[in-house]
Amino acid sequence: MAEYSFYPGCTAHSTGLEYNLSLHAVAHALGIELKEIDDWNCCGGAAARSISNLLGLALPARNIAKAQECDLPLVIPCPGCFNATRRAQYALINDPEMRERLEEVVEFKYKPGLEIVSMHQVFLEPDVLDRLAESVNRPLRGLKIASYYGCALVRHPEIVQMGDYENPVFFDRLVELLGGEPIDWSYKTDCCGADLAMTHGKIAAEIADNIVAGAIEAGADCLMASCGLCQVNLDMRQTGKEQKKLPTFYFTELMGVALNLPKQSQWWGMHIVSPKPLLRATRLLRRGGRS
Amino acid sequence: MIPDTSFAAAVQERSGEKLAACYQCLKCTAGCPLSSHMDLKPNAILRMIQYGQRERVLKSHAIWFCVSCMTCGVRCPNDIDISVVMDTLREMAIEEGYAYAAEKRVVQLHEEFVRSVKLWGRLHEVTFYMAYMARSLDIIASIPSGLALMARGKLPFLPKRIKGGKQIKRLFKEAYKTKGQLEEEA
Ligand code: SF4
Ligand code: SF4
Repeated sequence: MAEYSFYPGCTAHSTGLEYNLSLHAVAHALGIELKEIDDWNCCGGAAARSISNLLGLALPARNIAKAQECDLPLVIPCPGCFNATRRAQYALINDPEMRERLEEVVEFKYKPGLEIVSMHQVFLEPDVLDRLAESVNRPLRGLKIASYYGCALVRHPEIVQMGDYENPVFFDRLVELLGGEPIDWSYKTDCCGADLAMTHGKIAAEIADNIVAGAIEAGADCLMASCGLCQVNLDMRQTGKEQKKLPTFYFTELMGVALNLPKQSQWWGMHIVSPKPLLRATRLLRRGGRS
Repeated sequence: MIPDTSFAAAVQERSGEKLAACYQCLKCTAGCPLSSHMDLKPNAILRMIQYGQRERVLKSHAIWFCVSCMTCGVRCPNDIDISVVMDTLREMAIEEGYAYAAEKRVVQLHEEFVRSVKLWGRLHEVTFYMAYMARSLDIIASIPSGLALMARGKLPFLPKRIKGGKQIKRLFKEAYKTKGQLEEEA
């Protein structure tokens, strides 16, 4: 049984609720234990670093301090939080002056060696992949999926160390394994504009529509995301004015479908663009009393 | 006229990015998802810094439109990470009192976000949205989306405070030591 310490992030109980529910369901099904780190705080998002570089590093540094105490690799499902925490770790490792400052402000001593990974990396570990391949009992046959990677998960490569940042394919490999059809498209790492959604809704809608248009043009019938901000932004801001609306799944939800896990309808109820018609059309909607 | 080089030197020093290496190839601007909405495009920002145009840069909308997506940084042939330069420019705009000049609402949104974190240790969306709306009077844009999320059970109504509240306060105090204009105070 693999064990990780777990940083949920603020969206786990709000906009990314169905991500949190589905990732725990999948982790449980695959025998992965996630131990929430004690008394974690917000990573500061885009706001903290916009106002103060030090604050943008100190907030995640406090979570690093908390995670150090557990001696387990730390998994962070939200790419925004993941990126911020890796940035802080990068500074702790490479910038002695900043490390001193952060240690003083957060009142801790940085211990080198903490491994910080993203959720998908946990599921793409070779032994987990084997288990996953064995457990897929509802392959996503007929589902044409445009994997959306966004910015925070793949950039900056020196900080996140996620390999190819212009044309990443790790989610597409996962889609294949789940029996779906991965769609090759050009907008997979474009920014979704979520940070401007509250203040400049029109711009965010324009960006979301462009991304959805790119997916439709490439032949996708849904998007697959891994970020509580990207997902809600794409799901909520696409206008559907010039084109049909596409549902936006979390990758863990589609894993849950392929594993035929219970309580899926709870996830679907949290989407703005309901994925149910598409799942029904592809015969992937789980039926029965307690679905 | 000899341009004032002190601004360029300050930005270079604080960001750690080698601004002088920029040869205006425009790759950054071509890939920037927000460049079509920016008053000064990313490449122009770099050029204006070198020309010593402190006020025009620090008063620009562009520095608040940058969403730190890092597309520019990974594509620049000279390895200049403009997202880091933008962080520095935003800090300087705040310190020198230019922050509210162009994009007051974006700044207010960031302020209310961090205020929520300072208060609770985590972001509490409902009170954060309400505080932002009260200050910015930007109500029409935010209410429908807030309601849509609430209807789906995605916005917990009451905030909870984490145990390490004192630590968080201290951290803010340190970070705000140098800040001038912001309403948020340590
Ligand atoms: S990509 Fe780099 S060199 Fe080219 S204009 Fe932008 S900052 Fe200058
Ligand atoms: S980091 Fe900022 S300037 Fe660079 S491409 Fe992204 S939005 Fe544009």
